Amino acid sequence: MKLPVYLGMLQRAEGELASSFRTVADAHGDEPDVRATCTMLAEECDAHVDALGPIVDRYGSQPDDEPERLHAVALPEPRSGPLALLRDLQDVHLLASFVDMTWTLVGQAAAALRDEDLQQVIAAREAETQVQVAWLTTRMKQAAPQALIVAG
Amino acid sequence: MVDRIANIWGERTAFSRGERWPVRVDMRLADGLSEQDVDDWVTSACLLCSNGCGLEIAVKDGEMVGVRGRATDLVNHGRLGPKGLFASWQGVRNADRLTRPLVRMGGELVETDWDTAMGRIVERSKQLLAEKGPLSHGIYTSGQLFLEEYYAQAIIGKAGLGTPHMDGNTRLCTATAAASMKESFGSDGQPGSYSDIDECDAMFLYGHNMAETQTVLWMRVLDRLAGPNPPRVVCVDPRETEVARKAEVHLAVRPGTNLALMNGLIREVIAQGWIDEDYIALHTIGFKELGETVQPWTLERVAETCDVDAEDVRRAAEIFGTSDRVLSTVLQGFYQSSQATASSCQVNNLHLLRGKIGTPGNGILQMNGQPTAQNNREAGADGDLSGFRNWENPKHIEQLARLWGVHTDKIPHWAAPTHAMQIFRYCEQGSIEFLWITATNPAVSMPQLPRIRKILGQESLFLVVQDLYLTETARYADVVLPAAGWGEKQGTFTNVNRTVHLSDKAVEPPGEARSDLDIFLDYSRRMDFRRDDGRPLLDWTCPEDAFKAWQECTRGRLVDYTGLSYEKLRGGTGIPWPCNEEHPDGTNRLYGDGIFPTEFDRAESFGHDLLTGATVGPLKFRALQANGRAILKAAPYHPGTEAPDEEYPFLYSTGRTVFHFHTRTKTARSRQLNRAAPSAWVEVSVPDAERLGIGEGDLVRVASRRGEIVVPVRVGDVREGTVFAPFHYGYWERDRSGPGDGRPTTANELTETEWDPVSKQPILKVAAVRIEKVADAVGPAPAPTNTASRPADPAAVPPTVGGPDAEVEERPRVTEPPVAPDEGGDR
Repeated sequence: MKLPVYLGMLQRAEGELASSFRTVADAHGDEPDVRATCTMLAEECDAHVDALGPIVDRYGSQPDDEPERLHAVALPEPRSGPLALLRDLQDVHLLASFVDMTWTLVGQAAAALRDEDLQQVIAAREAETQVQVAWLTTRMKQAAPQALIVAG
Repeated sequence: MVDRIANIWGERTAFSRGERWPVRVDMRLADGLSEQDVDDWVTSACLLCSNGCGLEIAVKDGEMVGVRGRATDLVNHGRLGPKGLFASWQGVRNADRLTRPLVRMGGELVETDWDTAMGRIVERSKQLLAEKGPLSHGIYTSGQLFLEEYYAQAIIGKAGLGTPHMDGNTRLCTATAAASMKESFGSDGQPGSYSDIDECDAMFLYGHNMAETQTVLWMRVLDRLAGPNPPRVVCVDPRETEVARKAEVHLAVRPGTNLALMNGLIREVIAQGWIDEDYIALHTIGFKELGETVQPWTLERVAETCDVDAEDVRRAAEIFGTSDRVLSTVLQGFYQSSQATASSCQVNNLHLLRGKIGTPGNGILQMNGQPTAQNNREAGADGDLSGFRNWENPKHIEQLARLWGVHTDKIPHWAAPTHAMQIFRYCEQGSIEFLWITATNPAVSMPQLPRIRKILGQESLFLVVQDLYLTETARYADVVLPAAGWGEKQGTFTNVNRTVHLSDKAVEPPGEARSDLDIFLDYSRRMDFRRDDGRPLLDWTCPEDAFKAWQECTRGRLVDYTGLSYEKLRGGTGIPWPCNEEHPDGTNRLYGDGIFPTEFDRAESFGHDLLTGATVGPLKFRALQANGRAILKAAPYHPGTEAPDEEYPFLYSTGRTVFHFHTRTKTARSRQLNRAAPSAWVEVSVPDAERLGIGEGDLVRVASRRGEIVVPVRVGDVREGTVFAPFHYGYWERDRSGPGDGRPTTANELTETEWDPVSKQPILKVAAVRIEKVADAVGPAPAPTNTASRPADPAAVPPTVGGPDAEVEERPRVTEPPVAPDEGGDR
């Protein structure tokens, strides 16, 4: 069974996502809504990591046997300015979308396994991740015209 | 005669539930004048809070000489508050008024003519449009212009310039009222009516110091409380306000924890079965999710988080859950605090859970701070689209494009219009280079003033300021335009409960001052803004032209003005919209039928996630299939970002005092009001004062991470651990735009730049500060003693009185009270 591979991948990706939200919060502290929301969402990701703990304990965790394939990488050092904000949010969006889809796929496995505990853990967290993606989208759509047309 | 500085709310005219509120006509004229001396009485309404009291302006020899409440007006039944009585006319007719345009020459503002001033504006505007396009332009307007003026601004901004960067100071006062109604009901539009006060069995005031913010509405409550069958009152406020003193239950919550309390109240009401399951099933969606969100919020957990008594929370829930008719009002204690929209939506939810909405005594009043804030929201000179239209609905954009004669692409609708805090951020970053500020004073009213002053003073920003006075903000301008004020121009405006008033012109403006509408029309002409067919974008010649155009914009929308006219509005009372063929006399309450504007093409907004502000979007909204049902929205409680710590151990909150409005541009120019509250102070509790070794009147320094103020201290009734400062006190009397090297006094020196994720309203009521003594007292603090700022030891400070100078004539019960539109039958 390869579900443990995905559980491990998901837990790691949530951790990378938390760290990325924190990087953006710090780098763009002059955007108060970005700072506040990213800080809050980082805590949400931390909680997701914790929620996966008992599940990983139960199923065990296996290393990904194809580590060179697409996987989640946290944001490197911060950048600043309107264009950098857009780029950073977009990077986080990519990562959050990866996490979102991973929840979905783990959820598929949970359904096929008739694992109701796992399904319950997934339902609430997947919904939260979808809101994270939606917030990133909302914020980027707001920022894009100014950053791409008139900002220096 | 009544001293209305000492006796703020005047004499009582008690009445019982179901009776009509008795008339009391309040009048104040200039010294030595009597009613017989007045040449002319001109129809108007008061512009000094959001209540919208109908009045007449007394005119003698071409000058405003006083005011008299209109007995026949549905809003006030003749009464006026101290600000209206003393400042409405004295605050406008004043030697300090700007009478000629000013332009900056060699660093100084110098007088000039209109051609020169407008020429500079148009030159800069055209140059930037050519070089950088419309995103280089921002407009920051007000909650104090007239409807016609906002609509002109909206068309100029959206169809002339084509910029999304338009907002008003309504963002600071009323954005959450609108946001919460859009989330719950699908659209802005006040469900309740003031006449619900006459009919209710219980009243909940959430963060609403009504006694000081809307004094005439509070008179109505006081008169009910003085009569048989008074309503039970519940107050949520960290301060011991007059409202708290009249309350059966006072929940003095720790600032920033409103949502925890609201989630607990909802949980208890559901747990006790005080809900209307049929109503919930027929008229709402989202009940299950709401129940899950509030589940953790037991009474004990609420008590711990909010620092209140669990039994008080239970009693409050019981009063809500068991009263036959219940009215809720909400204001800045919720709107300017953490998780503002989510907290305010929970008030809506409480009513929806019991089906207590839109019927006599069952109402919600999501209040406004300013007199014409509602019109800004309606007309769309703020972050809304005209006529409560939805930027995510292409049909709505097409309607506006047809009305304005431009292509849909001209109207920015790729995202929500830019909110005020973001507009200032773009100015700070230099991407907005042209900012036009009308009738507002951000150099005093915005959070984190050291930052705001820096932005306003930036070289990269071409700043136009249009005002009555040389405000702190105007001192930064490149061009200052002198505007005509209340009584010097004509137009309409709409109060909290949708009541539209006409304000006629009583006197000529001073010098070369022009009405805001005339200035906007002039700009549009000079910019040569045109419709696609070549006609001028704005071809109006007078306010009534604008009003008629506005009526067309509202046709078929919830905010329907088509049944109104200037003539009809001269009929003795304001009229609440919707007013159309179906409702020719207007509409007292909305949603009594349980049908809400959540159908796809009626909705003003598809909503947001209340925790983050993520938009729901058209697809997901359609999938919700609300279709006329209200949406029970909720969010988990999340603690605010700035909590007290060792370095800044106190919570800081700001607010108003009854004797002033905003940045005092009008109220400080009434000697009666100014004497009652002449300068700034801060309030601390008795235990904190003892610990810090400070006494009444001592000079203290209050500092946050952003700035400091140095003001005398009032040892008062604020809750322990909290410091309160009134936000009115800027620097214009010192001919300055900021404190310079002198003593800083403005509450917003300390506040943080942070806002609610949905309404984008700044959080002005939660910050961490420290406080230290600077010098001994030379007398008591200059804070009024007959409001929430009263001293803990009444003997320590002489009482606030106005004396003979503040006397007002009150004539109780001179006529029968007026009858609201839908209420003639059942009385």
